[in-house]
Amino acid sequence: MAEIAEDGGGGHKKGGKKRAKKQSTKIDMTPMVDLAFLLLTFFVLTATFSKPKSMELTFPAPPENIDDQPPIKKGITFLLTGDDRIFYYEGEFRAKADENGEKTEITELSYDRSSLHKFLLDKNKDMQDQIRALKEKFDTKQLPDTTYKRLVRERKADKDSYTYLIKTDDKATYRNVIDVIDELNVNVVGKYVMVDIMKQELDLVNEKLGIASADAAPAK
Amino acid sequence: MSKKPSKGGAPNLDMTPMVDLAFLLVTFFMLTASFRMAEPVTVDPPSSIGEVDLPDNHIIVTIDNSGRAFFGISNTSAKMNALREMGKKYNVEFTDLQIVKFSGLPSIGVDIKDLPRYIDAKEDERTNFQPQKGVPLDTVTPNNQLKDWIAIGGREAVKMYNQAKEDAAAKNQEFKAEKPRYAIKADGKTKYIYVKDVVKTFTDLKVYQFNMITSLEGGGTVIEPKK
Repeated sequence: MAEIAEDGGGGHKKGGKKRAKKQSTKIDMTPMVDLAFLLLTFFVLTATFSKPKSMELTFPAPPENIDDQPPIKKGITFLLTGDDRIFYYEGEFRAKADENGEKTEITELSYDRSSLHKFLLDKNKDMQDQIRALKEKFDTKQLPDTTYKRLVRERKADKDSYTYLIKTDDKATYRNVIDVIDELNVNVVGKYVMVDIMKQELDLVNEKLGIASADAAPAK
Repeated sequence: MSKKPSKGGAPNLDMTPMVDLAFLLVTFFMLTASFRMAEPVTVDPPSSIGEVDLPDNHIIVTIDNSGRAFFGISNTSAKMNALREMGKKYNVEFTDLQIVKFSGLPSIGVDIKDLPRYIDAKEDERTNFQPQKGVPLDTVTPNNQLKDWIAIGGREAVKMYNQAKEDAAAKNQEFKAEKPRYAIKADGKTKYIYVKDVVKTFTDLKVYQFNMITSLEGGGTVIEPKK
């Protein structure tokens, strides 16, 4: 590849004719190209993942007086615990069956698409359909931007829709919490809140976990 | 047997356009790349569909999977001022050199009393620095340094933001920087109670909005189309 000196040498002897030596301008670029691509690869691989993404989350300001809080009418409570397990119950918590209703039973869900995702999809169908209809209108430019945003916000804050409460015990991981919130976001749920777990709820979860593990043992 | 007569010698390929392109790309990536300092801990955040970019101007609390909290401010001058204020509050002396050095460090996770020693430590010693127990954030005892860091850091960051805004207004320039935002980055395996403590620290300071840093979910789950 030593092409620089391509036609040096021979010209001298042949004659006394003085002529500017015709030098080849070709340079072997291979090492330079190698280096260029090496650098290119390095920068491509390091640069891509530099900007982290994030999820915006607003926590409620603690109320000045706890007694002032209006009771949540339609609530679904998720109880998160260790080993990526999740339970839920609907409505108010009742430790014992009384004249108003049955004792609260908790049901297990999982983080699968077929479980939690489907559950939320079913619960929230009406609102999702409405929001989707609004979005269609907005996409076809039948609605101005501000009106669209206002309507979506109103729909999400609808009094008849469910409020989701997320409670964790001390074994639940951050990933579980983010997964649940994420799933709520996917299903365009407007109202959700993180709440401290109550002692009775914790007992119920532990009881359920105890039973669940006893059930699982003989099956093995 | 028909065989194409091959020309002798190496085939001559003009590589110039390719090299041009390669160097163009190299230049582009070199100029856009921003190098991050190695964080004191590796944290693997869970994935979500959140698509909001982490704002450039932020105050971040990182929580690793054993529950240690690390504190960082993106704005270097706010960071230097915050250290001065914290030093005054906790009666820890910092030299000017230490303050400048501190502004170049990523998140810190040591008690303020160990901070001068931490700053003076060599780069490779810092990862194994003892005791690196995270910024203390006892919610019961008054030793909630994280709270002070956030309060002071937040105040300084807002001060810097306002100052930059005024400067830009005085020079009649367009002002584009964002307001400082609070971010929490936690490992997926972190127990939520640790995150809750940090959130509690924030809400005690009347900060209710955060960016939870997550990695982008592969595949992108969007609302299911109607059946």
